[in-house]
Amino acid sequence: MLIFTLKRFALAALILFVAVTLMFLMIRAVPGDPVQIMLGPRATPELQARLTAELALDQPIFRQLIIFYGNMLQGDLGTDVFSGRAVTQIVFQQLPFTLELIFGSIIWSAGLGIFLGAYAASYPNTLIDRMVAIASVSFVAAPAFVVALLSLLLFAVHLRWFPAIGAGNGFWDRMEHLVLPSFAIGLSWVGYIARLVRASMLEVLGEHHIRTARAFGLAERRVVLVYALRIAILPVVTVIGVGMGFLLSSAVFAEIVFARPGLGKLVIDSITTRNYPIFMGSVLVSTGLFVVSTALADLINAWLDPRARSAK
Amino acid sequence: MEKSQSEIRIIIVGIAKNPLGFMGLVIVGAIVFSAIFAAWIVPYDPIEMNIRDRMQGPSWSHLLGTDQLGRDTFSRVITGGQVALKVALPAVFGAMAIGLTLGMVAGYGPKWLDNFLMLLFDTIRSFPTVMFALAVVALVGPSLQTVVLVVMATSIPTYGRVARTQTLTLRNSEFILAERSMGASMARILGVHMLPNIIGVLAVLAAMDIPTVIALEAGLSFLGLGVKPPTPSWGALLKDGYALVRQTPWLVIGGGLPIIVATLGFTFLGESLRDVVDPKLRKNQ
Repeated sequence: MLIFTLKRFALAALILFVAVTLMFLMIRAVPGDPVQIMLGPRATPELQARLTAELALDQPIFRQLIIFYGNMLQGDLGTDVFSGRAVTQIVFQQLPFTLELIFGSIIWSAGLGIFLGAYAASYPNTLIDRMVAIASVSFVAAPAFVVALLSLLLFAVHLRWFPAIGAGNGFWDRMEHLVLPSFAIGLSWVGYIARLVRASMLEVLGEHHIRTARAFGLAERRVVLVYALRIAILPVVTVIGVGMGFLLSSAVFAEIVFARPGLGKLVIDSITTRNYPIFMGSVLVSTGLFVVSTALADLINAWLDPRARSAK
Repeated sequence: MEKSQSEIRIIIVGIAKNPLGFMGLVIVGAIVFSAIFAAWIVPYDPIEMNIRDRMQGPSWSHLLGTDQLGRDTFSRVITGGQVALKVALPAVFGAMAIGLTLGMVAGYGPKWLDNFLMLLFDTIRSFPTVMFALAVVALVGPSLQTVVLVVMATSIPTYGRVARTQTLTLRNSEFILAERSMGASMARILGVHMLPNIIGVLAVLAAMDIPTVIALEAGLSFLGLGVKPPTPSWGALLKDGYALVRQTPWLVIGGGLPIIVATLGFTFLGESLRDVVDPKLRKNQ
């Protein structure tokens, strides 16, 4: 298990390294002088020269890369061109908003999805099972940003049930602001998780220990909820870990639609203002988040199911 | 030729028997039809402005109303379908072709090449799709071609991985070993003997992938990083609708519903195609 863990994290580090290097080279490969693009046509030559030196753009590309990695390992992702604040400070200020949104979405959608899946598996081929099946296929199909826009239109603009803009202040206000965006992100996950749990639940319900539990005369509800569900929700853990990238992508759109602060909004804003250090920093942090969560999901999976350790 | 034609018929009949599959066929058929004949269906020029009739609600002369420049929303929705397919089809088929080739080479070729390709795939997949798309569009600039390329690049790994797994399971099967012992070249083994056994699974994946691609195109256009105005795209409609969300609901509805309907159609089609092509897959889901 220790060797597997080390190997898995080495792979994660390697992937992150390749990804960051590619991103770095891509930015440098863009035609035109990045300094001129960032500062605009009216910048003075002195300002341009200062920024060029600051970003180490006058060095050969290989050295630039080494300098970048050296700084990165010290936790320095550069400085914001416009405000002069450290990029790490800005990114980590926005990160909690995105994490809050992602966890909010996952908690409600996994809860409902697991319930629906377990319910459908306990009563297979009934009307309810069919309805869950159709609903789950339809939900999976709904792209998060379209759901976000339609729910903004219906629940915020027309019915005025929930706020449309921002992240709110204070606990309850924040929760209220979280409702619509997390609804939009989570909706497609409800169906997906319900299908997953239904399938694995049906498999688990046919196993020996469940038969034994039933033979002992345990109440059906106890058998399903305590003995079967515990095992049947394992695939959900993996799927959520691997789905982190997907969640982050949806979060970008939800943040834009509901004008919430967060990584997504930071990235979009940095693109429109050509603020490369901020852009690089936020993409790096979100990629890191994704790589780490995929690795964690693999590890949890391997820990729960020893067969997965030798699969690679 | 005759054989493949009858196979296609069997597949279509199989899909149509399933109620969801039938719905999928109808929806996708309608979208493709309206995209091909868009020029004849639309009542107005989708990019012609008519300031006098701006911001109207639905009426008989404007089925879905008009936007802030007086353009007919219905005409823009229909033409938007054309743009969606223009991005989705080349992107998905291109990604499938490249992913298939790379995946088969990875599964059949030497170990170092396999490891290299897998690392490459994992790296591309390690960018959250939208972040990757944003990065490329921000650097290269928005256009229809950029969107197609980005979508292709992000979905190649998925096809590649599936093709590789299928190749790995097939490579030691008897009919492949027999071919090898008779001295068949790698190209012949992969192209003539493996391909027919892999393509079905990938076709299912492609059908399921089209809605994702349509949504990604719409998403990028919504952010103003996709198709350039005044080209009507569903995402561009949503962008205008979002800006005017307090004035009129019809732009958001006009841009949002087609995306949801198209997604549903292709998903239903993909699901029932999977059941027809490989019933075993259903159990694994």
